[in-house]
Amino acid sequence: MTISPVIKKDYLNQLASDGKRADGRKMNEYRPIVIETDIIGKAEGSARVTIGNTQVVAGIKMAIGTPYPDTPNQGVMSTAAELIPLASPDFEAGPPRENAIEISRVVDRGIRESDVIKFDELCIIPGEKIWLCFIDIHIIDYDGNLFDASSLAALAALLTTKVPIEQHRESLEPLIEKFPDIQTYLDTHQNDYPLPVREPPISCTFAKFNNTIVVDPALDEEEIADVRLTVATDEKGDIRAMQKGLNGSFSVEEIKNIIKEAVINGKELRIKLKESIGR
Amino acid sequence: MKSDKQLIDETGIRSDGRKPDELRNVIIKAGVLHRADGSCYLEWGGNKVIAAVYGPREAIPRHSQNSLRAIVNARYNMAAFSVDDRKRPGPDRRSREISKVISEALEKVILTDYYPRAAIDVNIEVLNAEAGTRCAGLTAAGVALADAGIPLKDIPVACAAGKIGATEEDGTFTGGHVVLDLGKEEDNFGNADLPIAIAPRTNEILLLQMDGHLSSDEFERALDYAIKGCHDISKLQKEALLKKYNVSEGDE
Repeated sequence: MTISPVIKKDYLNQLASDGKRADGRKMNEYRPIVIETDIIGKAEGSARVTIGNTQVVAGIKMAIGTPYPDTPNQGVMSTAAELIPLASPDFEAGPPRENAIEISRVVDRGIRESDVIKFDELCIIPGEKIWLCFIDIHIIDYDGNLFDASSLAALAALLTTKVPIEQHRESLEPLIEKFPDIQTYLDTHQNDYPLPVREPPISCTFAKFNNTIVVDPALDEEEIADVRLTVATDEKGDIRAMQKGLNGSFSVEEIKNIIKEAVINGKELRIKLKESIGR
Repeated sequence: MKSDKQLIDETGIRSDGRKPDELRNVIIKAGVLHRADGSCYLEWGGNKVIAAVYGPREAIPRHSQNSLRAIVNARYNMAAFSVDDRKRPGPDRRSREISKVISEALEKVILTDYYPRAAIDVNIEVLNAEAGTRCAGLTAAGVALADAGIPLKDIPVACAAGKIGATEEDGTFTGGHVVLDLGKEEDNFGNADLPIAIAPRTNEILLLQMDGHLSSDEFERALDYAIKGCHDISKLQKEALLKKYNVSEGDE
């Protein structure tokens, strides 16, 4: 560690012992959150999320493909996150590194394991044709808490995604002879329709430094944090996904408190998300 | 390329309602990212791009350093969701080439000899693509460089002209229309595309590419159009910068 981070660390630790944060927030307070949707014309769904200075764009592309042999009647999704060098002087071009992969996998799990997307409704012909759903997350400005920003952006984009059947109708029509069921599908889906989704879990990220736990760590706080925990909770307040990060540790008591806070913050984020997508 | 679409009517109005020498709508915002040294968000018709500049900073790896001047690394990248069929993330041959020609264009206007052994990194991210992303990207990069306070001889600006709606079935050429700033359909079904970048104070050409088929006369007309387009966009670049730094035109 060079000198300036040491000074910064002392400063933030000092503040934390007085119960304060560098940007004047309370320990359990998020930075201002803005969610915009439908910002990318070429994408089937898209969203831009800012949490303080952190800025993330997520786009959804859909295509018709073949299912995996073990899930012949389910759609397929894949999630990729890119820490592009636009966002930070420390991000380098090239294939995704550990951090980008961790983000995309945590976001992916939150969506996949909670069945946010109704995969069985993305089946066109079992074993033959299904919808593929690609979630691509672009970090464009980095000031900490990429987990929450990425997952909010991915969710806002998914919840506003339209299945582009009008564009793909022509590619399905020649298959009607071989698979008559396609006719039924095309008849019942004349126009682009909203992606079938369920109520998503909302993730909240906490960081601990100097034995203080804060929600929504900014970059300065993330850099000196000993340990980090992301908790995704559903609308009932049940836990749907968790991820601990960094080489520090939590006590059982701390984890329990974090979960309580995650439920409270999750409710507020859920309201914000719903307002932004007009539901 | 055969044009099977009516891209321009008898009165000279194009399929998207523009006149031959009319640009698409352009919106430029300077300083949109907090982390970058300089940045710019630009919308050009349906194109949406962000450019961010980092540097001058030490060039790494060491062997890439030039002991006499700074190196300029532009990196043009398209988001996976920016096009109709999802693009695989990461650089492909096309984006590498565009990165190279943009780097070279920018290098010409940057006073690189001020910063030996340094690198100036220019990241161009295409979020939504609709014909003319390299021009949009280079134009945004110009604003981002100025926003980063990099010493420049001029703020580079790019624009394309091209030719639409003219080839007969048998390949003979009949009265094509030279037009400014090709839109999506015009790019796909047109006869020629000529993107250029200039330093607007001197009209030096910093980037020039062409594909398609133009007669010498048509080329000259297209070049005139493109240069005029560059000058129009250049005004918007300067307005965006003045707006960010809160100086009204009169106080200059």
